[in-house]
Amino acid sequence: MATMLEVNGLNHRYGSGESEHVAVRDLTFTVETGQLACIVGPSGCGKSTLLRCISGLIRPSDGEVRLHGDEVDGVPEDLAVVFQDYSRSLFPWLSVRQNVEFPLRWKKLSRAERRERAVEALEWVGLPGVGNKYPWQLSGGMQQRVSIARALARRPALLLMDEPFASVDAQTRFELEDLLRTVQVKHGSTILLVTHDIDESVYLGDRVLVLSKSPASIVADLPVELPAERDQIATRASSAFVSMRSEVAKLLHGSGTAGPVTAEGAPAAEDAPEAEQARADLTEADAAEQANTAGEPASKPH
Amino acid sequence: MRPVTGFLQRWSLFFGAVVLWELAARLAEDPFFPPPTTILQTAGQLWFSGPAGHLLLTGSVFNDILPSLGRVFGGWLIAVLVGVGLGTFLGRSKTGMDYVGPLFAFMRAVPPPTLVPVFLVLFSIGTPMKLATIVFGSVWPILLNTVDGVRSVSTTQRETAESFRTPKAYWVTMVVLPAALPKIFAGLRLSLSLALILMVVSEMVGATDGIGYQLIFAQQRFDFPAMWAWIVLLGVLGYGLNALLLAVERRMLDWQPTRGAARAQTTGA
Repeated sequence: MATMLEVNGLNHRYGSGESEHVAVRDLTFTVETGQLACIVGPSGCGKSTLLRCISGLIRPSDGEVRLHGDEVDGVPEDLAVVFQDYSRSLFPWLSVRQNVEFPLRWKKLSRAERRERAVEALEWVGLPGVGNKYPWQLSGGMQQRVSIARALARRPALLLMDEPFASVDAQTRFELEDLLRTVQVKHGSTILLVTHDIDESVYLGDRVLVLSKSPASIVADLPVELPAERDQIATRASSAFVSMRSEVAKLLHGSGTAGPVTAEGAPAAEDAPEAEQARADLTEADAAEQANTAGEPASKPH
Repeated sequence: MRPVTGFLQRWSLFFGAVVLWELAARLAEDPFFPPPTTILQTAGQLWFSGPAGHLLLTGSVFNDILPSLGRVFGGWLIAVLVGVGLGTFLGRSKTGMDYVGPLFAFMRAVPPPTLVPVFLVLFSIGTPMKLATIVFGSVWPILLNTVDGVRSVSTTQRETAESFRTPKAYWVTMVVLPAALPKIFAGLRLSLSLALILMVVSEMVGATDGIGYQLIFAQQRFDFPAMWAWIVLLGVLGYGLNALLLAVERRMLDWQPTRGAARAQTTGA
């Protein structure tokens, strides 16, 4: 299998001197073509920074990112990002179809080809016939489908997703997870998805990369031993899923307590209920992080 | 039935006030306050008693009203171009407003009519003087609202555009300006009414034609019905221009959820 993404010795620091904050420390990993890799990490560990470094939205302090062999410097042509906040990521003044067509406008495509691609992408995500609506006329889950369609319409070599399903209700999240897997299998897309949700990372991924708490570094790189065809009820109930989930939870929990992994917490106690607890903690902390980032733009002049 | 009652609701107080004015003016018989019917009669003679070839419009329409409207639109359009262009640039630049902020605060605090004498010296009597007055007075609401508006692009919207490698021209026309449009329109409406005021003021001081000139001229020759007719005309123009701009705004901001909802309600009626 060819390598799509190579991340080598990636470091990122904000600020300098006393106020220096290391967000990402010495990250090295690769993603193979056609793979769906999930990065799971505790909140505020630098997941979003990592994703922004990979996408070229911010330049890492050290290290390099290569997309199909080419060094990333600025956002590559054949990369697309899906953000968590679909309501802000979609442009409210453009209709759904115009939103999907937006990133194709400066490609060498005729108007008809552009429209065709947009219609096609909307069909992939199961939204035919909503092209003329405005985003606010759709439900949250449908809006996130539109932003996935917009990313797919660009036919990216690599699709990056930053907590794409964190802002929709549980039922919709299950639907979108299955949709993503279907689309990925059908089109052989390479996807790197960042999440704080352990269950989601195991359910979706071909592979799970577990990050430590801030500064983010890789604790484990686990292949997901689940059948390619997944089912929200059967897969989640399977013993392979449950044991993998608690393994990831253990790793995250271990990295959550300060210092190296010690004998703290008997392994026997680390089964499903505790994993649930760890997940709840993560979600809570993540809400706090989001509240922080929401306040950030106001203080930062553009 | 609903549109009729809606119309009555909206306009009954207005017509009531006109009727009261008519009665009061007739009782008082004051030469300074002619009744509305007299004003309307005068207006008819002033503007609508022309030859059939000119659609009954008199010379005054072509020699005073049209030049005045030309000044309002000309000055306002220049203000729109300067305000939106400069505002977009300053609003998106990180430090631009830090430099020019105090200067703008000072300049817009100067009441524009007081600058008429300055522009009179600079340009003498003529259209440039009037345009300068209108532009200087009406550019601020557009400029400052545009600065504010173009800053309302959210971080996610910016990152989305960046992640698609959006070229600058598309970024400005398809993201920044649409995001700023609601605020820009608020500025446009304010500045259009300012432009009308400044047109009249500048014509009252230095002009040989135009609505402002005729207004002052009528007052000086004690032709009060004509003076009132010009005042009423200004009211009608202000109302009409605002309604026109509102119609454009409604069309261009159709995408806003609240507007869409309002429209759904009105069409449902």
